[in-house]
Amino acid sequence: MSTLEIRGLKVSVDTENGAVEILKGVDLTIKSGETHAIMGPNGSGKSTLAYSIAGHPKYNITGGTVTLDGADVLEMTVDERAKAGLFLAMQYPVEVPGVSVSNFLRTAVTALRGEAPKLRTWVGEVKGAMEALSMDPSFAQRNVNEGFSGGEKKRHEIMQLELLKPKIAILDETDSGLDVDALRIVSEGVNRAKESNNIGVVLITHYTRILRYIKPDFVHVFANGKIVEEGGPELADKLEANGYAEYVTA
Amino acid sequence: MTTLTTNYLTPTGREEAWRFTPLKRLGGMHDGTAIVADRHSLALNSASVPGVSFALLSAMDNAPISESDDVIVARIRDFAKEVAVLTIAANTEVAEPILLKRTPGALDSAEFSRVLIRVENHARATVIIENTGDTHLAEDLEISVGSGASLTLVSLQEWGSKSIHAGRQHAVVERDATFKSIVVTIGGSLVRLLPTVEFAAPGASCELLGVYFATSGQFFEHRMFVDHKVPNAKSRVNYKGALAGDQAHTVWIGDVFIRAAAEGTDTYELNRNLLLSDGARADSVPNLEIETGEIVGAGHASTTGRFDDEQLFYLMSRGINLADARRLVVRGFFNEIITEIGDEVIQTRLMDRIDDELAKAGA
Repeated sequence: MSTLEIRGLKVSVDTENGAVEILKGVDLTIKSGETHAIMGPNGSGKSTLAYSIAGHPKYNITGGTVTLDGADVLEMTVDERAKAGLFLAMQYPVEVPGVSVSNFLRTAVTALRGEAPKLRTWVGEVKGAMEALSMDPSFAQRNVNEGFSGGEKKRHEIMQLELLKPKIAILDETDSGLDVDALRIVSEGVNRAKESNNIGVVLITHYTRILRYIKPDFVHVFANGKIVEEGGPELADKLEANGYAEYVTA
Repeated sequence: MTTLTTNYLTPTGREEAWRFTPLKRLGGMHDGTAIVADRHSLALNSASVPGVSFALLSAMDNAPISESDDVIVARIRDFAKEVAVLTIAANTEVAEPILLKRTPGALDSAEFSRVLIRVENHARATVIIENTGDTHLAEDLEISVGSGASLTLVSLQEWGSKSIHAGRQHAVVERDATFKSIVVTIGGSLVRLLPTVEFAAPGASCELLGVYFATSGQFFEHRMFVDHKVPNAKSRVNYKGALAGDQAHTVWIGDVFIRAAAEGTDTYELNRNLLLSDGARADSVPNLEIETGEIVGAGHASTTGRFDDEQLFYLMSRGINLADARRLVVRGFFNEIITEIGDEVIQTRLMDRIDDELAKAGA
């Protein structure tokens, strides 16, 4: 049982006009097996929360704490956070020219497990993960995210979620840019990974449609760098009906 | 000293062709002070194949096939009484690469070497030249690719840290022939190569590919010249370089000349450099001279950049540490060209050497 605890998190970024505060004190606790949906309008700071937890150098932590089972996440380097059990599925996965998916996955899983996986079981593992996400076998030989369609990038992220088996996964707008079929396949992948490894999931999304496939236990409304309302799945229905207007006009 | 070719001027460093080269580090190969040894280090290192011959032949009977205004080439031609000649007979298709290897030389004297690779009409072959160990080498390598013939030349500078190598690799490409060159320079103290191509007849094409990786104190210069003097020839140049460590210095010059007669020319050249640490310097000068507007296309691009933080973040967010993430990115950067060699054993060896150099540079 793992717990990611975010307390009073404040984050700023440097701009031409000086530091701008984006997160203004975020409190959130995620436990293994729970699914939290974070919903909010564009520009509310949802992605900043995701990238700050993963340790992107662009974001300056100006206050608060983030701990995973008591360990100080903010003190860790980016790779140490992954080794501690955090995973971020990115909204815009980065191209790495000349590095094949197969080489990338093997390097990552070797780093996370502390030893190279046995070739035979590993090949089977990758093949299984790719088949489950309806990906062509040739995919493993392509360069990481290079020339991938939007849907392929998201499948690749969720394939990593299944193979890397984190404790807590943050999915940043994994639903954006997916057609209905791809959304269903990707969502099934998330549910499968979650059930088999008891992952705690933070689902960051603008829209409610992914919540038809991935059922949240908790819904948090994010606006202006803060969580402004919290509730159960019924809160998503309210957002579906009313949108974010009441949160942004404030 | 009465022949015309000895009537050359020793470069001062102010000449366009020499302005980047640290002349003091050339071991005297440019100014006549080098002690020239009677060495012939190039040897055939693969099984003999019908239609392929390799021999040391008289320079008198094997005159140069091209002109050169390079002072080192002129000195080599003055000195060399013999030429290492590799001939691939007409209509011969050689399936396996032909491997030429230089045996280690010496550092107290220089080898002035003339080499001629003749690919006769409609022959096809891949030739790999492996340069290892420490030596001083001045090299005049000429390549003739006959009508309808196809040659892939892989030139591997895997030198030890003290080598000095000044070489010209000049290809004369005949009608409808294809020449592909892959140059890899990852070892040596100073390496200065002139991969040059002259299209002798229409319908020919060339592809000049290269990678170089310089670490502290190394100077690697690659100076292309593609001479489009006939119509309807196509050239592509793609060189990628990485630099790490103080005083690492690379130079890439891409000169393409489209003469008035060269209608229908199609050319593009690209040089990309990755600066892995402070204190390194990459010079990159693409240069197009165009005398006719009746062409298919002519372009060039040159970029020099540092590690992409977003790439490193992505890799590290999957648990890969910074050193391994950098290693992956550098390997990936070179991969596009290294895989063109098409020989797994060599590719693995080169990538391992690049890993080693990267680790040593601590970048």
